[in-house]
Amino acid sequence: MSALLEVEGLSVSFPTRTGLVEAVRGVSFTLGRERLGIVGESGSGKSQTGRAIMGLTPEHGRVDARKLAFNGIDLLKASKTERRRLRGKRIAMILQDPKYSLNPVMTIGRQIVETLRTHEPLGRAQARRRALDMLAAVQIRDPERVFDLYPHEVSGGMGQRAMIAMMLVAGPELLIADEPTSALDVTVQLDVLGILDRLVAERGMGLIFISHDLRLVSSFCDRVIVMYAGRIVEELPAAQLTQAKHPYTQGLLDCMPKIGADRHPLPVLDRKPEWAL
Amino acid sequence: MIPALAIDGLRVTFDDYDALKDVSLAVASGESFGLVGESGSGKSTLLRAVAGLAPVSGGTISVNGKALSEKRDKAFYRQVQMVFQDPYGSLHPRQTVDRLLLEPLAIHGFDDTEARIVRALDEVGLGAGFRFRYSHQLSGGQRQRVAIARALILEPSILLLDEPTSALDASVQAEVLNLLEQVRAARDLTFVMVSHDLAVVTHMCDRLMIMQHGQEVEQLTAADLAARKVAKDYTRGLLAASEGFKPAAANSR
Repeated sequence: MSALLEVEGLSVSFPTRTGLVEAVRGVSFTLGRERLGIVGESGSGKSQTGRAIMGLTPEHGRVDARKLAFNGIDLLKASKTERRRLRGKRIAMILQDPKYSLNPVMTIGRQIVETLRTHEPLGRAQARRRALDMLAAVQIRDPERVFDLYPHEVSGGMGQRAMIAMMLVAGPELLIADEPTSALDVTVQLDVLGILDRLVAERGMGLIFISHDLRLVSSFCDRVIVMYAGRIVEELPAAQLTQAKHPYTQGLLDCMPKIGADRHPLPVLDRKPEWAL
Repeated sequence: MIPALAIDGLRVTFDDYDALKDVSLAVASGESFGLVGESGSGKSTLLRAVAGLAPVSGGTISVNGKALSEKRDKAFYRQVQMVFQDPYGSLHPRQTVDRLLLEPLAIHGFDDTEARIVRALDEVGLGAGFRFRYSHQLSGGQRQRVAIARALILEPSILLLDEPTSALDASVQAEVLNLLEQVRAARDLTFVMVSHDLAVVTHMCDRLMIMQHGQEVEQLTAADLAARKVAKDYTRGLLAASEGFKPAAANSR
């Protein structure tokens, strides 16, 4: 299996008035054409890891790594123009809430066509057809109608499907999904995951699925990385999540209420300072 | 026995939109009752209607046997308090914790405010060190603890909880749920809790109502739900969805 993405010793830090805040501290992993889950609580650095790969770290942040390569392209040495060409075309990202990640003053169709025509020399009619096909592929029943709607006119689930359509229309090889379903209702969540599941499998993409929900990630991914305080504390096959060794992973699994389990009070996570070392 | 909270044929209408259509329920004193549904099911609207934050266009709400008028009196707000979902939005950003907790005491003319504030902070596990901080200096879990302290400081008998832990991390959620159970046992409180998370509601509540499109789907006990003894397909669907993603199930769609 050739590696699609190689990350070695990635760190992201932000200078603040009170000193340097290290959001990500030496994260290493390789990704093939598989689904990798990154799990952690707020502040664990999971989103900043995804953003650094995408090249979306805020201006004042510093990204360091021994190696950060996508398909053999050294992302650390790539110019801004090169990164821009990759972004959206070969590496795409889905964010949490379609309410904020879609442009509110542009119709859904125009946003998809814009992505497409930025990266491919296509005529209007051709681009429109591709966009409509893509909307149909994310199981939107009436693509012609949705094409002309503004983001505020559609539901959250529909918005997130449009977002997925926009991100996949240029045929990326790597998709980073940062909490793609956390803002959605549970039943809608499953629909959207089903669509994502099918498209990732059909198109042979690599997927990085970032989420706070350990159980959801393990049911969706092949492999799971658990992050705590900017570091990877454990990496394991998703199917073996219940055999997690690190006390943080175990604690995180254990503290969630389960239907049918009568545990009062719930076990709470006893954070050890050495986990953050 | 007179129920702590009785709702009969409640309707809430926003312009032409019926947010709640003829919903009835009764919650016994000391009971913990859950409301579950997806966005737009009317679960939060029901809670807000009880608190006097949504316009009631039909039906009755009574607390401890006393029917509520449109304008709630002061005694009602002492008896019924609410905790909101977003601890970032529900605390005044320019007030210290001390000021936040003093406000309800001043409104209701409590004496001995000093001791009450210290006790309230103690009860939610924050301690006096947090008293003169601003809410932006607190984490999400600590803010929710302040919101709970603010609700408890008036010694209410009914607590309305609107998604109290859905903005929190899983480990912090466990701590806040434990805190809520502990204060309920200590003060014999009645809970009405709204959540989209079936696992949280079955953990916290004795009975629950599943809602959809502003109407009741079914009412059942947490034990029945855990034993999968459900009558309606919609509830079964929610149960299946709460168990996580299954590729096979998704492909068959």
